[in-house]
Amino acid sequence: MSITVSDVSRRFGSTTALHPLSLEIKQGEMVGLLGPSGSGKTTLLRIIAGLEAPDSGSIHFGDRDVTRVHVRKRRVGFVFQHYALFRHMSVFENVAFGLRARPAGERPSNAEIRDRVQHLLERVRLDTLAKRLPAQLSGGQQQRVALARALAVEPEVLLLDEPFGALDAKVRLELRRWLRHLHEEFGFTSVFVTHDQEEALELSDRVVVMSNGRIEQIDTPQALYRAPANRFVFSFLGETNRFGGKHQNGRLQQGEAWIAMERSNIAPEEVLLRPHELMLTTAPDGRAHLPVRVDAVSPVGSDVRVELTADWMDTPWLASITHHDFDRLQPERGSELYVIPSRWHQFAPESP
Amino acid sequence: MSARAARVLPGFSLSLGVTLLFVSLILLLPMTSLIGQLSTLSWSQYWAAITDPRLIASYRVTIGAALAASLFNALFGLLMAWVLARYTFPGKRLLDALMDLPFALPTAVAGITLATLYSRNGAVGSLLAPLGIEVAYTWLGIALAMAFTSVPFVVRTVQPVLEDLPGQADEAALTLGASNLYAFRRVILPHIWPAVVTGTGLSFARSLGEFGAVIFIAGNMPYRTEVVSLMMATRLEEYDYAGAAAIASLVMLVSLLLLLAINLWQGRFYRHLHGGRH
Repeated sequence: MSITVSDVSRRFGSTTALHPLSLEIKQGEMVGLLGPSGSGKTTLLRIIAGLEAPDSGSIHFGDRDVTRVHVRKRRVGFVFQHYALFRHMSVFENVAFGLRARPAGERPSNAEIRDRVQHLLERVRLDTLAKRLPAQLSGGQQQRVALARALAVEPEVLLLDEPFGALDAKVRLELRRWLRHLHEEFGFTSVFVTHDQEEALELSDRVVVMSNGRIEQIDTPQALYRAPANRFVFSFLGETNRFGGKHQNGRLQQGEAWIAMERSNIAPEEVLLRPHELMLTTAPDGRAHLPVRVDAVSPVGSDVRVELTADWMDTPWLASITHHDFDRLQPERGSELYVIPSRWHQFAPESP
Repeated sequence: MSARAARVLPGFSLSLGVTLLFVSLILLLPMTSLIGQLSTLSWSQYWAAITDPRLIASYRVTIGAALAASLFNALFGLLMAWVLARYTFPGKRLLDALMDLPFALPTAVAGITLATLYSRNGAVGSLLAPLGIEVAYTWLGIALAMAFTSVPFVVRTVQPVLEDLPGQADEAALTLGASNLYAFRRVILPHIWPAVVTGTGLSFARSLGEFGAVIFIAGNMPYRTEVVSLMMATRLEEYDYAGAAAIASLVMLVSLLLLLAINLWQGRFYRHLHGGRH
């Protein structure tokens, strides 16, 4: 089921949660709504679900206009941020809820409900815990119950609000992969909200980046990361180091620090750099003169992350260098080094 | 010594000591004198004192009216708690504060006010009289006074539980296709049920002993509109202290058993809900 959002807007009192925005989601697609808190992503998700009414605009599921359709008739599966499980019901009853809630004519027989719930519980690997109460489950298990409960009514659209926000890192990674498989197997259209860029980039076919109630960019994860549309998208998608200064004599200069570059017309006073675009050396050269002091070193993972400070920075920088470079340079807390940028990015300043 | 040193929160012995002193002064001492009074009676005298026909009629009146009042409060209090917990509207804080008025108002004032309003020439009573409904000086008036003085018990026990309802549980029920009624019955009611029962039980226990508000509106006709607490007052006026103590002991026993039962049941329910299996 495709989802079409046309010119939807929403205000809460005097604050505008969503400026009029439009969005097309294709049948079977998995789309992540990514943005900081207050960007309107959850409001948009709740409007798609029918838990919130838009002030203007329309929502279509396929050809069906659902703008005025009550949430219970929209046939969406919704997974809430804190799962919203029914605490007094067993895992089995939680999952069976949507089937039992149907009006008498459409309700499956008890035997059929038992079979379908049992099958779903096997799918989410919770069949041995069917008799437990939610409070007796771990966070990851509760999340899987919430998913199974939403899937039991066979929705064509699955909506997830910060689905993995409250889980620890390891469980989160596992569940992400598992959700991706489930999505491919069932073939529903999914929209999920997250503030975690890594999660959005890993899970989505396309990512919708939002801020202040507006859509900043809609693109595939690769395109988004390689070609961010503006400064907000760039800085939200990953760690960002900023160098600000004045352009003079072919250099962007800030105190004793400078980078040699042509004057840019879009952003003459600022460049942004990703951590992996910084090289550390023991001496400056003609490309740049950026003296830094090592503040912390974290040799965990495929790269070594080095935190850098200097008087000319407004916030500390982060460099990620290879273990090979790390072994060669042996930086430690307090070492004095120089940064040579291999690449940088420039964007028009954000409008306030 | 080591146990004392290990306690982080200070002031344990002092606060426990003061607590025990007050419990002795305001709870145990009066109860001791009650038992002292009772000890002047033999078992047969005791039995006779609590099975006086006029007294038995008053049991019937009291229990009937208290049941009606607390059931009414269960419904009305639940509605009030729902409105206060679930909606925002101008004047909500004022309404919230008004809920405690029955506790703050002297019960005699409440009783006189109700009696004036609901008597045959009163503001409300004169409207009801043509319909053949008499409230003041009847069983209905007793129930009304009892309901008035004990409704905060239900509101104040249910309201926090409603506010604490797991966020979005009812929204979840709606996304799963449940009708409003089904969602209320299967999601909200099971959660607030213990609080409703507790509040209703407290309201009932309070109604059983209500005196001030009731006597002004009850009319106090023997066998018809006399309540148990009035019977105790009557015994005292007759200087029959032992007879009053006998009735008091019965009322106290019933109330205590009721509260104990509610507490045990509620404790079990919440342990179940929070997943403990101890």
